Amino acid sequence: MELIFEKSVPNRRGFQVPESDVPGKAQIPDKYKRSADSQLPEITELDCIRHYTHLSQRNFSIDTNFYPLGSCTMKYNPKFTEVAARLPGFANLHPLLPQLQLEGGLTQGALQVLYDMDQFLCAMTGMDHFTMQPLAGAHGELTGVMMIAAYHKAKGNKKKYMIVPDSAHGTNPASAAIAGYEIISIPTNKDGVWDLPKLKEKLTPEVAAVMLTCPDTLGIFNPEIDKITKIVHQVDGLMYYDGANLNAILGRCRPGDLGFDVMHVNLHKTFTTPHGGGGPGAGPVGVKKELAKFLPVSRVVKRQDGTLTLDYDYPDSIGYIASFYGNFALILRAYAYILMIGKEGLLETSNHAVLNANYIKERLKKYYVLPYDRICMHECVFSASKQTERGVHAIDIAKYLIDQGIHPPTVYFPLVVKEAVMIEPTETESKKTLDKFIDVMIEIDELSQKTPQIFKDLPKTTPITRPDEVKAARDLDTNYFLKTKI
Amino acid sequence: MNPYIANTNDDVQRMLEVIGIKSIDDLFADIKPQHRPKSFDLPKSKSEFEVLQHLQRLASKNANHLIPFIGAGYYDHYIPAAVNALISRGEFYTAYTPYQPECSQGTLQALYEYQSAICTLTNMEVANASLYDGGTALYEAVMMAIRITNRNKIIVDSGVNPIYRKILRSYTANLSIQFMETPVVHGQGDRGQIEKFLNDQTAAVILQNPNFFGAIDDHSDIVKKAHERGILVIESVYPIALGLLKTPGEMGVDIVTGEGQSLGLPLNFGGPYLGFMATKKEFIRKMPGRIIGQTLDTQGRRCFVNTLQAREQHIRREKATSNICTNVSLCAVQAAMFMSLLGRQGLKQLAQLNLDKAEFTRQTLAKIKGVEVKRSSPTFNEFTVCLPKDASEVVVAMIEYGFAAGFPAGRYFPGMERYLIIAVTEKRTKEEIVRFAQNLEAVLWN
Repeated sequence: MELIFEKSVPNRRGFQVPESDVPGKAQIPDKYKRSADSQLPEITELDCIRHYTHLSQRNFSIDTNFYPLGSCTMKYNPKFTEVAARLPGFANLHPLLPQLQLEGGLTQGALQVLYDMDQFLCAMTGMDHFTMQPLAGAHGELTGVMMIAAYHKAKGNKKKYMIVPDSAHGTNPASAAIAGYEIISIPTNKDGVWDLPKLKEKLTPEVAAVMLTCPDTLGIFNPEIDKITKIVHQVDGLMYYDGANLNAILGRCRPGDLGFDVMHVNLHKTFTTPHGGGGPGAGPVGVKKELAKFLPVSRVVKRQDGTLTLDYDYPDSIGYIASFYGNFALILRAYAYILMIGKEGLLETSNHAVLNANYIKERLKKYYVLPYDRICMHECVFSASKQTERGVHAIDIAKYLIDQGIHPPTVYFPLVVKEAVMIEPTETESKKTLDKFIDVMIEIDELSQKTPQIFKDLPKTTPITRPDEVKAARDLDTNYFLKTKI
Repeated sequence: MNPYIANTNDDVQRMLEVIGIKSIDDLFADIKPQHRPKSFDLPKSKSEFEVLQHLQRLASKNANHLIPFIGAGYYDHYIPAAVNALISRGEFYTAYTPYQPECSQGTLQALYEYQSAICTLTNMEVANASLYDGGTALYEAVMMAIRITNRNKIIVDSGVNPIYRKILRSYTANLSIQFMETPVVHGQGDRGQIEKFLNDQTAAVILQNPNFFGAIDDHSDIVKKAHERGILVIESVYPIALGLLKTPGEMGVDIVTGEGQSLGLPLNFGGPYLGFMATKKEFIRKMPGRIIGQTLDTQGRRCFVNTLQAREQHIRREKATSNICTNVSLCAVQAAMFMSLLGRQGLKQLAQLNLDKAEFTRQTLAKIKGVEVKRSSPTFNEFTVCLPKDASEVVVAMIEYGFAAGFPAGRYFPGMERYLIIAVTEKRTKEEIVRFAQNLEAVLWN
């Protein structure tokens, strides 16, 4: 498809800039001016509408396709939350208004949203305080790890290591490394959970914290989780909970009760703010009260008269981790969603998310290798190793699914499973949709036995066939206007 | 049951049979009784209508009626209706990261076009597909400069947004990075002070254009001196201003970052916003964040993919260039739509209109007794005035007249309590500006 720049025709307009209503045309000295105009396209509004509408039609999305992308919780995004986020009283609110009148008087409604969300997330997770500021899950991890570092520094603890499972999201070790820790990776045992003896071996007083998601990325809830938190606390290590998989356990258990000290929640997963083709996300971080003084500033606090204000006066705080109060428009969407589905809905959410995943797991395990055959939580992980022996890899399965109008599951993650196919259906999908998906997966298994060669040319129904990724990295072209080689 | 759960009771029964269990509770057997929640105290469910009513009530408690003359890095620009219409398409906003390029060409091409638009706007060679916001983008630029130079001292001009500077400090608290802040003189960066710190341990100089006080500058001379010592220059920019201003590329800047909110994103009480980053091609492998590249499919057709993924956390884990996973893809696409609608001429005209209105406001305010309009350096759509009273008291008084009158500089700059930073976008009418000046005069002298 043509690029928008290739549709440009000199002197076309997509937007009418208003005539000036003030006298005079101001000049800035030439020394400070750009020497040539930008090469932004010149198109009409209709050109623009058609271009992006056509582009949008080249995407799979939740609104158009089943999207069982493991570990991403691609549930339906209710439309009324979009209306909520666009209410002018919120959407047009300047983030520095609280700096005009320091008592928070100009933004009481917005502060109420932040305050209530803090309360809701505490009630759901068993933590004592939340900050809404982190702008994505990985940003939340970094914030959490920074608080862990501040905690140990304040206690005079000499800590060097962060322990993560080998099945962890890549962001866990990356976030810990950026905050200055060295990483120790602990393997998964034959039951799909942490190898406890291996953990004990590595657990020295120099361990700052253990980062864990539970259920883990294999979709398994570790029944020995309390043993882990106990032994980690014995060396004054902290427990970090990666909330990526919170959708499985709402109302069933709370990380705070399990002994976790710090956690983040991905609002764009469990609380259904749109994924946006890769963000914006939101990753609020919760802590137990022992760590509250390290939370980033500002914090929303309630005064005795019931009004809310922003408080910056926390000398032990890790400081500013974002410019303002978080991705407010996303927090607002999540808030609207929680208010609407309420306590009952939250419980149903995990019930059906887990039911759907187990249904898929049971029906497909005859056809695909299930490395850990036990009850799973919100997602199940198969290995396409049997199909791979026939020449059909996880990636080939993914491409076949695309031709059937289904977004592929996550493939090749977690790294601990060979040819992994990680399926997370979510609660918003029906048995009928799951059955269709299961049928296609069974068909793939049959085809892998009969005609494995057909997979190599898939997908066929999409606007493009398989891209040459090697060429993309070798002949780098990331900017239309750059005519020289990178 | 809420409308987002699809299974009927019948479905549930049949599914339980397939799984071979009696009830949904059996699925949670791994969660032992002692692990059950101590409480789960959340409100009862409400209808969509009731929730929206509640939110309307909350929205009305925000002082959204104030006419904004406040900017400080976040600006009240008009967003063309077409932008909202396009970005509301579910195919864009309910998709995820384009891991499967064949069914994500919409997002991928839009992001490639976004990268290209950022490059032509800044005159840089390569851009990434976005970072969280302007502040965190600047932090990422600092880390990138440290990776490139293997040095650990950073010079920060005080004209850089003070919020960004606070972010830099908190992120690097546990790392061995030294920041040296240099003052602003007559509105612009202090060349003499900056030069003093240019040595072989310095990784980068951070500048901002226009700076926090609104002053514009040509940093070419600083770039030249920095490069002589192998030091990189990072510049944070305001994209609307680039419709007119000398670009970082023309100045020879190495890494450009900025807040892209002004490119068609609502103010949203602080987010989501758009951090953008562009650099020279030689540094592309050191740049954090997703990068979209053009390539060909098996039939030789143009297509787009995530490229250079070997820098990223899902592959490199603790050795990645950054921990960033999700960026702000949708905001980047929204900015691309905005830039496409405005186009080459529209952006320049918009910038000129901002300049004209700000200049008119400057002249109008200069006529008020006791208001000293700083003229030592040229400005774009924001400028600093010195008032005969404490600016933080003046802005409180201006609320009564219906204005968010500007940013009181004293909030972040001790000693500047009488200074007010005023922003004027294309949305401010002559009538508003005149009334603003009249009311300001009343506040100062009545």
